[in-house]
Amino acid sequence: MAVHIQTKDFDAGAEIAALRRGNPKIGAVASFIGVCRDANDGTAVTKMTLEHYPGMTEKALEKIVAEAKARWDVMEVLVVHRVGELKPTDQIVLVVVTGAHRGEAFAACEFIMDYLKTRAPFWKKEETPQGARWVEARGSDDEAAERWNSSKADVA
Amino acid sequence: MKVKILYLASLREQLGKAGEDLEISPATSTVAGLRALLMARGGPWQTALAQGRALRVAVNQEMAQPATAVKPGDEIAFFPPVTGG
Repeated sequence: MAVHIQTKDFDAGAEIAALRRGNPKIGAVASFIGVCRDANDGTAVTKMTLEHYPGMTEKALEKIVAEAKARWDVMEVLVVHRVGELKPTDQIVLVVVTGAHRGEAFAACEFIMDYLKTRAPFWKKEETPQGARWVEARGSDDEAAERWNSSKADVA
Repeated sequence: MKVKILYLASLREQLGKAGEDLEISPATSTVAGLRALLMARGGPWQTALAQGRALRVAVNQEMAQPATAVKPGDEIAFFPPVTGG
């Protein structure tokens, strides 16, 4: 399990290659990349600044990854989250999950993202033509995280 | 007792402060009690920490509830709902 908080960009291909190198038991690699968009809620976004709570961020992410590993039969998990200034088209977050089969890897990857969105202490501040604004949390993110409580994902 | 308090993201801007070391009475033994103590400062404190405002609190870097205990030396962070990813 690895969690990295960093300002620098990441190379998903290189990260995936490193994660599964030399492991012939892996049959599936699921990944997610979150990217900075040029608009939010109908307003242009020229750049954003990502702030976090050093110390708690790593603990929160490690806890989320541990929970995913307890729920699903997966092998390696990598989470890379950038902080600092980002521009539209920049990569923000990478989650990679390896496992024997795709169902468990897909589910664990989505679970980690849903929990990260609601439990990991990151905050986005956007620059718009009307000035800077803090991004408001979305109810839909809470709902996405909440559904994992009602049932384990639909994988056997 | 002495505690360390952090204010993060939009809350830091509203309060004009990133954090402080505070000497509080042992009677202020919970997160809710500490929040009430800070709100009593009035002005932006009362507004930003008001009940009904979406606010999260962590004690020693773990998510906390209003009833979570506050002990000497604890690090208590106040912040808005998270928006990463």
